[in-house]
Amino acid sequence: MAKNEIKYLTAIKSDKRVKKFCRFKKYGIRYIDYKDVEFLKKFLNEQGKLLPRRLSGNSLKFQRKVSDAVKKARQMALLPYVTDLLK
Amino acid sequence: MNNYELMVIFTPVLSDEEFKAAQKKYAKLVTDNGGAVVAENAWGLKSLAYPIQKKTTGLYWVLEYSAAADFNEKLKIQLLRDEAVLRQLCTKLDKYAVEYNARKRSGVKSGNEKAVEA
Repeated sequence: MAKNEIKYLTAIKSDKRVKKFCRFKKYGIRYIDYKDVEFLKKFLNEQGKLLPRRLSGNSLKFQRKVSDAVKKARQMALLPYVTDLLK
Repeated sequence: MNNYELMVIFTPVLSDEEFKAAQKKYAKLVTDNGGAVVAENAWGLKSLAYPIQKKTTGLYWVLEYSAAADFNEKLKIQLLRDEAVLRQLCTKLDKYAVEYNARKRSGVKSGNEKAVEA
């Protein structure tokens, strides 16, 4: 056994975390359509609640637009306000 | 003149003719008040995500138009007085929204598809 072999109590994370990005900025999307329900569902959890920016990676500007679009879709009964098993 | 988009949910009890007549009535109201209809799209019968006035389905209709800013109040009053209307939503469209709708109508990819996979 080599002398200079270092042992750690906890394993070091070797793989670097992939940085999240704002998909609207990356793909140049300027307008979020409230009628496009399948697209909006990307930003909702199982109960139909909006995902936080921490998870979706959206920039603040577009997170606001997403939330506006989701609220409009809810008003027009395209998306439910509360539910179970949305997806 | 601004660009607007109106979405109306009519009661599902309307017959085909009544639904068409209601569409015509509101499209006419826009043109009579100096506006112009850009596009019209009747989605038809669709199930609602939650019941409205104890109804589980509704007739959807989307109208894109340009009109003066003071016209919307008139239109809203008419829609609220109408018994056949369950819900209505009027959205102001910015230039990106107009572009998006035009692209969607012509069948060209709107660019939002890429982000769906991401």
